[in-house]
Amino acid sequence: MKLTLHIWRQSKTETKGEFKTYELPDVSEHMSFLEMLDVLNEKLISQNEEPVAFDHDCREGICGSCSMMINGQAHGPDLETTACQLHMRKFKDGDDVWIEPWRADAFPVLKDLVVDRSAFDRIMQAGAFVSVNTGNAPDANSTIVPKMNADLAFDAATCIGCGACVAACKNASAMLFVSAKVSQYALLPQGDPERKTRVLRMVAQMDKEGFGGCSNTNECEAACPAGISVNNIARLNREYFKATLTSRES
Amino acid sequence: MSLLQSNVPEGPIAEKWTRHKNELKLVAPNNKRKYEILVIGTGLAGASAAASLGELGYNVKTFCYQDSARRAHSIAAQGGINAAKNYPNDGDSVWRLFYDTVKGGDYRSREANVYRLAEVSANIIDQCVAQGVPFAREYGGLLANRTFGGAQVSRTFYARGQTGQQLLLGAYSALMRQVNKGKVQNFARREMLDLVNIDGNARGVIVRNMVTGKLERYVGDAVLLCTGGYGNAYYLSTNAMGCNVTAAWRCYKRGAYYANPCYTQIHPTCIPVSGDYQSKLTLMSESLRNDGRVWVPKDVNDKRSPEQIPEADRDYYLERRYPAFGNMVPRDVASRAAKERCDEGFGVNESGRAVYLDFKRAIAEQGQKAIEAKYGNLFHMYRKITNENPYEVPMKIYPAVHYTMGGLWVDYNLQSTIPGLYVLGEANFSDHGANRLGASALMQGLADGYFVAPYTVGHHLASNKLEKVDTNNPAFEQVESEVQGRIDKFLSINGSRSVDSFHRELGLVMWDNCGMARNAAGLQAAIEKIQSIRWEFWENVHVTGSGHQLNMELEKAGRVADFLEFGELLARDALAREESCGGHFREEHQTPENEAKRDDENFAHVAAWEYQGDDAEPTRHQEELNFENVKLTQRSYK
Repeated sequence: MKLTLHIWRQSKTETKGEFKTYELPDVSEHMSFLEMLDVLNEKLISQNEEPVAFDHDCREGICGSCSMMINGQAHGPDLETTACQLHMRKFKDGDDVWIEPWRADAFPVLKDLVVDRSAFDRIMQAGAFVSVNTGNAPDANSTIVPKMNADLAFDAATCIGCGACVAACKNASAMLFVSAKVSQYALLPQGDPERKTRVLRMVAQMDKEGFGGCSNTNECEAACPAGISVNNIARLNREYFKATLTSRES
Repeated sequence: MSLLQSNVPEGPIAEKWTRHKNELKLVAPNNKRKYEILVIGTGLAGASAAASLGELGYNVKTFCYQDSARRAHSIAAQGGINAAKNYPNDGDSVWRLFYDTVKGGDYRSREANVYRLAEVSANIIDQCVAQGVPFAREYGGLLANRTFGGAQVSRTFYARGQTGQQLLLGAYSALMRQVNKGKVQNFARREMLDLVNIDGNARGVIVRNMVTGKLERYVGDAVLLCTGGYGNAYYLSTNAMGCNVTAAWRCYKRGAYYANPCYTQIHPTCIPVSGDYQSKLTLMSESLRNDGRVWVPKDVNDKRSPEQIPEADRDYYLERRYPAFGNMVPRDVASRAAKERCDEGFGVNESGRAVYLDFKRAIAEQGQKAIEAKYGNLFHMYRKITNENPYEVPMKIYPAVHYTMGGLWVDYNLQSTIPGLYVLGEANFSDHGANRLGASALMQGLADGYFVAPYTVGHHLASNKLEKVDTNNPAFEQVESEVQGRIDKFLSINGSRSVDSFHRELGLVMWDNCGMARNAAGLQAAIEKIQSIRWEFWENVHVTGSGHQLNMELEKAGRVADFLEFGELLARDALAREESCGGHFREEHQTPENEAKRDDENFAHVAAWEYQGDDAEPTRHQEELNFENVKLTQRSYK
């Protein structure tokens, strides 16, 4: 198939970016979206133009590196699918495809489609852990965890940290990302001792990074390639409310 | 004197590690903060080591090329992690895990290292559960287990098909906690481009800031290399696009020996190649072989679609050839068996390079729901990529490069031939011999990082009086200018071919000549071809952009340049090893049943290569492997 690509080009954070248009003939429907960009880049290199920079690594939908808006949707049109797992069979001959970086103040563009997501790491540093040192942990089966809680915790823990939820939200809120981690630990006995300080600190850091408040439109869930449910946001709100009322931390 | 002192402690194998720990020197708690440790790579090995060393009180700096420590490729490991817990009461023990691993590695690993690995395996599970890793559980709330290849017990712990993700996020959370405490500083989007030795000790690294393009110097009292394997030398592999051999290769060129590079693991169950634009291959976890059955049609000319082929016309060749282990034979055996069927013309798919992995029976017996609960994300991924529904038609699979058992040579303490340079996880060579068993990579990465390096690195610091140095030391000047020279060279060649085109060309040579089956003539030819590709690369590569910016072409150029040197060493090692063992199958050396035929008399050793200069052949050293506890036998899974 033949595609017309409109891609955001920006040489660095400080400079202004713009859309550039590229024609790409002979796109195979079996290619992944990123392989299609590889082909474009090979073509650009042969014309002595700079290839389009985009983050990618595992190309199996698990590392969370790839991050681009495709026709206005985070990771493109397919449900529960990262851009690297999106295949060109979802497009048809003659399509126009608009490709942009994540749009959020807290994710400044570094180059073309590459953004800086270190704000997510800083939110994790604020409290997304169980304070247990290496060595001498009790036997793994000494604490029983009901299967349903373990499964729910797992479902929340599958977040890949890509930032699609932020990019999809009109408030650029990171609530789904934060709630997934808060939920994982809140559902497990291991996370219980620090549950109040954890939620308070992570939310404070989220605000500090410049992410917006929850828009309640559930666009994050629709965009999430890992299928993280907005039920986690409800749980985050409950945890936060409880913690603000009962935490002894000032 | 040979540098290859394994430093395996004396005593019975079950007591070695305990005794050794008692003899290792300690750094007093208030002195630990005086030391600086550099950790390269933040996968399971790097993140767990950095977190554990930070907890102990050392100052740690970590570096990764990804934009976050959480994205290291350990995240993509699917099936599980082994541990000798014996929770299912099926007779497992530390001894059995040790034995299975030595046998699975085709008797080419160091016994004492493997025993230690088995010994600490149970602690790893405890540690991960305490961190809040959500492993699969039974209805009673206890942990669930499944079986993996090469074992007759269920000792594999898992989190659906995303075990690596959950373990890495556990280690990452421990790392983030130390960052929060100020004990670890995390440098993302940094690529290590060289090692700095001072007075014979590893004392620092040169990294490139991949956003600004600036070269940066970091000084330390020890350097821990946790940079994974070299599977991407084959271009197409299940590795992430960025996985590379550069950091390890630079250390090799600075004096670290490279051990057994010919031991590569070709994983039997991957989605087959389609199209010449393909950028990587996707693994379908070995755990699928718990319930999936591998088959091809019995008749070469049977072109019916798989669901129309009745049971009687199917050849479940693994069950036929290996009745004792059936579909759960180790990876090297399963891969070669698939290749054999396809070479004989029984392969399916348009290319003829695929076999079926069929879940019909499992779905009939257990119901689709149960299968979905175990492998849901894998089936989802398969469907995404192939547009076929594996609940209805069997998967098509074919072997692909997945893991590399070879790596930098290390002693029992995980120290390389350069004092102060430690190598952990897939980047070292020590535990898997010539073939790694499934669910053992996660175990080894975390064993090295959580439970071995924190002890042995301290011993190095306590027993050597390291001089205070800083980044103004002339050694830093020298190495940095060499790195800068290389970058300038890439950008100035201005040829006509892209970096990727060279990488693909190298990959084809590697796959054709150093893949599942190798022979002397093919390996000789490979060495010559790689040399000529390398020559053309340095004449004709085209790297766009500049060095003072985010430049992914420049990053790739450095990695491919190193693969072009490394690939030759791999071929040399394969040529010199005149036997078949594990993942290294030399066509000249096979049994009448086409199984790998070892030569224990002449090759029961580790081959460790020493760099002798760009224009000289490297020297092959040997570390003899002594098997005091396991009897060497022809490996049989029949």
